Amino acid sequence: MTLELFRIDDRLIHGQVVVGWGQPLGLKFIVLVDDAVASSDWEQELYRMGVPPEMDVYFHDVGTATARIPEYRSDPRAGLLLTGDIATMHRLAERVPLVAVNVGGIHSRPGRVQRLRYVFLSNDEADELRALAAHGVKVTAQDVPGARTVPLDDLLNGKDDL
Amino acid sequence: MNSDAVAGSDVAARPGGPRAIVMGHGDFAVGLISAVDQITGRGRLLMPVAVKQLGIEDIEALLRKEMLASGVRVIFTDLQAGSCTMASRRILRGMEDAVLIAGVNLPTLLDFVFADTLPPVAAALQAAEKGRSSITAVGGSAPK
Repeated sequence: MTLELFRIDDRLIHGQVVVGWGQPLGLKFIVLVDDAVASSDWEQELYRMGVPPEMDVYFHDVGTATARIPEYRSDPRAGLLLTGDIATMHRLAERVPLVAVNVGGIHSRPGRVQRLRYVFLSNDEADELRALAAHGVKVTAQDVPGARTVPLDDLLNGKDDL
Repeated sequence: MNSDAVAGSDVAARPGGPRAIVMGHGDFAVGLISAVDQITGRGRLLMPVAVKQLGIEDIEALLRKEMLASGVRVIFTDLQAGSCTMASRRILRGMEDAVLIAGVNLPTLLDFVFADTLPPVAAALQAAEKGRSSITAVGGSAPK
């Protein structure tokens, strides 16, 4: 086993992650990479309470995550790495080779345009996804395991289920 | 992400109005309240809040707005790991006069709507115990 999924999801730890992906992948740990959460004991406790007791959660900023990813990749358990935004995942990809990234949920906000039912992007964010792909990362969108895996071009062009 | 806007308010639940907010994934809240109303005719005591396609900050803003408008101090959510629960916990941080019940089921809400002689928070705590004990397995066998 290893880090099974690198996911961008602005809700961070929530039902789709813990149950929707957690059950079929047999996840035993989540690596949550977020500079703000990594500096707040209260936020960490909040997210820790959202997972079942048999699942570990590790909180890191981008710097410490970069150093720890090799260790997580060699972990015999199945894990998931989670960021709340594209920029954080992009910063990781600049430091650590990533094979694939799953865009799982980026929700409506002023300046964003809906691309998929569960993905809204500003033009800058769309460019950042392209830049992520330019690092050799396979970028796709998929909110839950049973849903279609949407390739990056279709994601950016909104070709799915709107 | 602070709760000042709600915690600083002295708004109380409106007489005859909703006594609790119900939030959850998909149409969970509407469906559950529909069931409560069909069984008891007291669905008006519960307010559904839907959060489809909202990010966590927007869920918080919506919930804060609904709590201010209604004076409600009881929130029922469907899943401990859910974003509704996360948002509720942020808003209720430091609010001693409010309660969040995560993992709500129909028996919980049925008990809550009939406990209208109790203050809402006390009724919610009592109802949570009722809901917790209401799950029964009939038949089947444990995996070997």
